[in-house]
Amino acid sequence: MDLSTRYLGLALRSPVVASCGPLTGRLDTLAELDDAGVGAVVLPSLFEEQLTHEQLEIDAMLSQSAEGFGEAMSFFPDLSDYNTGPDRYLDLVADAKERLSCPVIASLNGTTEGGWVRYAKLLEEAGADAIELNVYLVAADAEATTEEVEARYTDLVAAVRPEIAVPLSVKVGAQFTSIPASMQRIVAAGADGLVLFNRFYQPDIDLETLEVTPNLVLSTSEEMRLPMRWIAILYGRVQASLALTSGVHTSEDLAKALLAGADVAMTTSAVLKHGAAHVGVLLRELEHWMAEEEYESVTQLKGSVSQEATADPAAFERANYIETLSSYTTPFRT
Amino acid sequence: MAAPTTTTTRATIDGNEAAARVAYALSEVAAIYPITPSSPMGELCDAWMAQGRPNLWGAVPDVVEMQSEAGAAGALHGAVQKGALGVSFTASQGLLLKIPNMYKIAGELTPAVIHVAARTVATHALSIFGDHSDVMACRQTGWALLASSSVQEAQDLALITHAATLESRVPFLHFFDGFRTSHEVNTIDLLSDEDIAAIVDDEAVQAHRSRALTPESPVLRGTAQNPDVFFQAREACNPFYEALPGIVGEVMDRFAERTGRRYSLVDYHGAADAERVVVLMGSGVGAAREAVDALNARGEKVGMLTVRLYRPFPAEALVAALPDTVRGVAVLDRTKEPGAPGEPLYLDVVNVLAQRLGPAMPRVIGGRYGLSSKEFTPRMVGGVFAELDADVPRNPFTVGIRDDVSHLSLDRDDTLEQDSVKVRAVFYGLGSDGTVGANKNSVKIVGQGTDLQAQGFFEYDSRKAGAVTVSHLRFDEEPIDSTYLIEEADLVACHQFGFLERTDVLAKAKHGATFLLNSPFGADEVWDHLPEEIQQTIIERELDVHVIDAVAVARAAGMGGRINTVMQPCFFALADLLPVDDAIRRIKDTIEETYGKRGRTVVERNVAAVDAALEALHRVEVPAEISSDHRRLPPVPDHAPDFVQRVLGRIIAGEGDLLPVSALPVDGTFPTGTSKYEKRSLALDLPIWDEELCIDCGKCAIVCPHAAIRMKIFDPAELEGAPPEFKSKDYKARDLRGHKLTIQVAPDDCTGCNICVDVCPAKSKEVSGHKAINMEPAEEHREAERKAFDFFLDIPEIDREQLKLATVKGSQALEPLFEFSSACSGCGETPYLKLLSQLYGDRIVVANATGCSSIYGGNLPVTPWSTNAEGRGPAWSNSLFEDNAEFGFGMRVALDAQADAAKTLLRSLAGELGDDVVDELLEAPQGTDDEISAQRERVAALKGRLADLDDPRADRLATLADDLVEQSVWIIGGDGWAYDIGFGGLDHVLASGRNVNMLVLDTEVYSNTGGQSSKATPLAASAKFATSGKATPKKDMGMIAMAYGHVYVAQVAIGANDMHTVRAFTEAQAWPGPSLIIAYSTCIAHGIDMGTSMTHQKDAVSSGYWPLFRYHPDDDADTTPLRLDSKAPTIPVRDFALSEARFAMLQRTDPETSDRLLAMAQANIDERWRLYEQMAEVKRKMPAELAEELAEDDDAATGQEA
Repeated sequence: MDLSTRYLGLALRSPVVASCGPLTGRLDTLAELDDAGVGAVVLPSLFEEQLTHEQLEIDAMLSQSAEGFGEAMSFFPDLSDYNTGPDRYLDLVADAKERLSCPVIASLNGTTEGGWVRYAKLLEEAGADAIELNVYLVAADAEATTEEVEARYTDLVAAVRPEIAVPLSVKVGAQFTSIPASMQRIVAAGADGLVLFNRFYQPDIDLETLEVTPNLVLSTSEEMRLPMRWIAILYGRVQASLALTSGVHTSEDLAKALLAGADVAMTTSAVLKHGAAHVGVLLRELEHWMAEEEYESVTQLKGSVSQEATADPAAFERANYIETLSSYTTPFRT
Repeated sequence: MAAPTTTTTRATIDGNEAAARVAYALSEVAAIYPITPSSPMGELCDAWMAQGRPNLWGAVPDVVEMQSEAGAAGALHGAVQKGALGVSFTASQGLLLKIPNMYKIAGELTPAVIHVAARTVATHALSIFGDHSDVMACRQTGWALLASSSVQEAQDLALITHAATLESRVPFLHFFDGFRTSHEVNTIDLLSDEDIAAIVDDEAVQAHRSRALTPESPVLRGTAQNPDVFFQAREACNPFYEALPGIVGEVMDRFAERTGRRYSLVDYHGAADAERVVVLMGSGVGAAREAVDALNARGEKVGMLTVRLYRPFPAEALVAALPDTVRGVAVLDRTKEPGAPGEPLYLDVVNVLAQRLGPAMPRVIGGRYGLSSKEFTPRMVGGVFAELDADVPRNPFTVGIRDDVSHLSLDRDDTLEQDSVKVRAVFYGLGSDGTVGANKNSVKIVGQGTDLQAQGFFEYDSRKAGAVTVSHLRFDEEPIDSTYLIEEADLVACHQFGFLERTDVLAKAKHGATFLLNSPFGADEVWDHLPEEIQQTIIERELDVHVIDAVAVARAAGMGGRINTVMQPCFFALADLLPVDDAIRRIKDTIEETYGKRGRTVVERNVAAVDAALEALHRVEVPAEISSDHRRLPPVPDHAPDFVQRVLGRIIAGEGDLLPVSALPVDGTFPTGTSKYEKRSLALDLPIWDEELCIDCGKCAIVCPHAAIRMKIFDPAELEGAPPEFKSKDYKARDLRGHKLTIQVAPDDCTGCNICVDVCPAKSKEVSGHKAINMEPAEEHREAERKAFDFFLDIPEIDREQLKLATVKGSQALEPLFEFSSACSGCGETPYLKLLSQLYGDRIVVANATGCSSIYGGNLPVTPWSTNAEGRGPAWSNSLFEDNAEFGFGMRVALDAQADAAKTLLRSLAGELGDDVVDELLEAPQGTDDEISAQRERVAALKGRLADLDDPRADRLATLADDLVEQSVWIIGGDGWAYDIGFGGLDHVLASGRNVNMLVLDTEVYSNTGGQSSKATPLAASAKFATSGKATPKKDMGMIAMAYGHVYVAQVAIGANDMHTVRAFTEAQAWPGPSLIIAYSTCIAHGIDMGTSMTHQKDAVSSGYWPLFRYHPDDDADTTPLRLDSKAPTIPVRDFALSEARFAMLQRTDPETSDRLLAMAQANIDERWRLYEQMAEVKRKMPAELAEELAEDDDAATGQEA
């Protein structure tokens, strides 16, 4: 069975990509994922904001009361380096590249245009096979128009694209008025691939402290329906690789992602829950299912139930709530 | 002289670094211990070792921190005996602790060097500043003493010292003046490694090694000798001392050949036919040289002798250097030896001149100057020269002060021109605003980037929160030797607008000077906001005024309140030292150098701030008339007591130098309760109480480091006349039903640290984040809160007997007798002291070890230790760093002796006073507040009766009667004292069984001197002297104390469990034997947000990092004395540790080491917890004989609070 696929122009041995998460942040678990047969790994995001925050914190801490008292010019030893830059991340990229047999995709979350470009170049120099721009944008500014918000994506891609030679993918959230139009523009700006969709950390309220706290909940299979719909719709309509992320837990999920038109399915929660070896399970089960269904290769499978290919194209466009509400009674047909 | 063979490299560094560079290059072992102002020498060596920097021979020296300077001297002694090249650094009391070993090292003729940043030895008061009282205490040890008088010399003579000790075999003490030289930044020519190698004689190094102790050729050294030979043997070393001046002279010659810089044992400067000469050593030389030049320029014939080699005293060189024409000599000593016929240098000079010149000797007078870094200026030297012209000059004399008691002081010669340096600038900044750091950079920019010479000197005040710094910068084409503060500045910069209201920042502005002001008001509106005095000076002196809203520029650049890189370009733009573009470029280079390793963003934001600065700088059109509607605030309020007005107020106003001798106490005794008169209004945000939400818990008050959150419970009748701003609520406790409660901020004493808000558990149900106390802008609330606080203060304190004292809210309703300290904002130590003062302040005597708590507790001008309405309060004293347990022990012994004497007298007067009266006084219990009050009333009555008795016993008893009321001794200090330097004494006092309470404010580093590692420093933390991470665990002091069996021991963390802390304090006070409380004290040296430091302590406890426990000895064999008061660890120590910079920094720089050490830390915590759990099951009875003794004490004080 040929499980290979192409993603961002890279030849991958399998369609399962370990998405950014704790297991892709350590060399030992990266190696386990590699051994389990992932097609590629996406390293955790380098957060420019976090780097900035750390630098400012360290600066503030070292400056606090420095040169303030006659008896103490400072309160900490002067270290040769505080490693506030991206070096540790770049080391991980380089080490992963050296250690793994599969391609290594570096992920980047910037906050400034200069930062995106600077770090993208550094990631490329460190050996990343591709770079995924993890655009974490909550459009909360009431003054910013839709066009302005969307322009931030395209401007960003246009700024980074000419600065690097390796493929570039963009991970986006689902909140666009017209996903196909927006994705077209992102691709036109220079993206080689789209990763759908980013599961933003959603805030929660702690009932004890009455404070808003970030809360990460692992995904479930149900969550893959949303990206699957849009992959199916985009398949064949955008000239870019498509990656489905969120909710890929089982081989069934994996098969569905590919059928909808994804070049790869990305998984984080499932491997966190079951360990790196779960990738092997997914691939074996996929092979089994493909054999049963008489598919010969992933390439053959890809997009076969996309909107473009399906016998019922409107199925991907129906209003979800009607479908789900009525499924307990009788199927609703338009 | 041969041309110099070295290529000079200029550097702009301070004296400590100048000396340490050479010391490091020439040493194999450095035994160190922190003490101001020498600490940076050890710190630099430790940092260089951590970087793997090699010494001259390619090896990395071993820099070892010891438990005290005495320990460092012992280690130095051992190292040099074993043939290593050994060095140490110290000052003041630290040097005194080395003296015993110094005798030994010298007696054994062993090369060694101690570099000393000379500092005042504590007498009537401690002083961290500079004079020669410490080095003069070593002149008898047999060490050679060599004095440097400038930063350049601190480097050069350091090398001469190291070379000379090897060649002469006599150990050397090289000293330079603390702060004036140790901390002055100046442009110097650096010595290269080749220079250093060229001066040091390798053969002498080999010879030193050949004398090392080794089993290959064993010897016995350090014998005990008897009367038959000791004397002769002591004289056997004489030839070495005779040869020494010659050897030093030869090394100085070699040095001059190599570098072109010539030094002599004694240098003469001045007129060849001088008639009057001053003799001195140290940094005063710079001021004296200017005076000599100025006097000679106006036709006088004067000169000066600079003594460099002080021991062995270079008699021949001194006489040779003195012109024959001299008829009067004034010898200036920077020390005082009460009762001596003169100070040491004076006596030496008199002796030498008398011996060598006989009747032909000139008249010699001696005087004191510069004690504790007192200013010493050319005009003062002018006054000394003038005195030499008098018919009967004063001898001894003093200069630099006004002595209206002994009338020894000389006037300065104000006609003398001084300080002709081309550009002089003075900057007023806050410790936290980066002013000093930026100025140091400016000095470097000019000193290293241009042909100009640059000098920077920085004045610091002793406050830790809101410290004011004054920077003095000089620039010139010529080398700058002006070793005194700038008196007339070409440019004055005030980096904090608020200073204008309290300080005369223009006092030093010369006519036509430039005034640079950081102002929230623009150029067109600032004038109306200036106090009248400032306007007047600006107009009278025709100042050129420029303003910049540096805070706005800094904020826009993302720099928060850090204005240093905004003000720096403004200075260069106005000072015209180098083209502005060039200056800006160099500032940016310096930013890269200084902040580069902190990260790109830090650099970029600083650069952005620099770029935006000049556009925001505007010139002010100065009106012709004064138009201000306000004057500068008085330093203390009008209602302050006379002494506070007359003396402390002047010190607060920065006019302490003007106080005459008569204004000051003769014995260092000051009134307490004075911090309330110094209102500093530091907080930008104030905690504002919302009485609707308050649940009366008292947590906000118990954690307040500055006693600025006050709680009172009172009768509603007291509300009569309350201003509308005053808030109160019904107090909910059943036992005080009908009472009111108020939580009140002291708006001018709060530092805005946020801790009270952070710990407040009462939250609004309607508005998320709103609590019963909330930080709000001070500007909006200060006036209202002032009125409310004034009213609050007038409400009578509640009767202590109505409160449950051993509770958080009960204790917090008590008046604090420790208030408004100058500790760091958010200090973790002071809440414990405040609590102690609330519980027992009216009956305690405090022995306070030197350290943070002695500085914020006892550094002039004011003290936080206070008194209650009856005038009672803690009596406080500081002896030393190392002896605090013994000091407090002595107080206990005295208290007991006096009480015994009083009891004996009382019994003897039973016939006169009546048995009932005597029995009551002797036997009444004194455990509770009620009982103490009753005993005080009895004593008052007794005194009345005694006054009527005509009996000498009655007179004696009258002076001792107060000792019939129980007093307790609290021995307080930091971990540096308790774990390291004072541990021997602490251990001894614990063992004694006497009734003392020891409170260790454990910040886990030497906080006061800047965060050096102590034995309390935890495994895996990075600290100075443990830059690569502390590799050994913290000493378990509690366990050591428990081993005795009769010591009450508690380990507490007030932020983790306040109730537990209160309980431990009450139990310690009640325990009739020794008690030890180890109190976790968060500190800025931990690298945490001090605003959340108290809640952060919960993690320290829940990770098992800081377990809470109490060990209560008992004479019942079935009791388990150890009680674990915290639960088994629930979070990994790593989670706690990496939230603190002291651990996280190591994780960043060296993750592998950090991981290894943190894994060890976790293992240690697990094992310690396992041990404690077992210990908590152990039944133990305290040692029988001690039980008996303590039971006797207990009987005498039955009814102690439980």
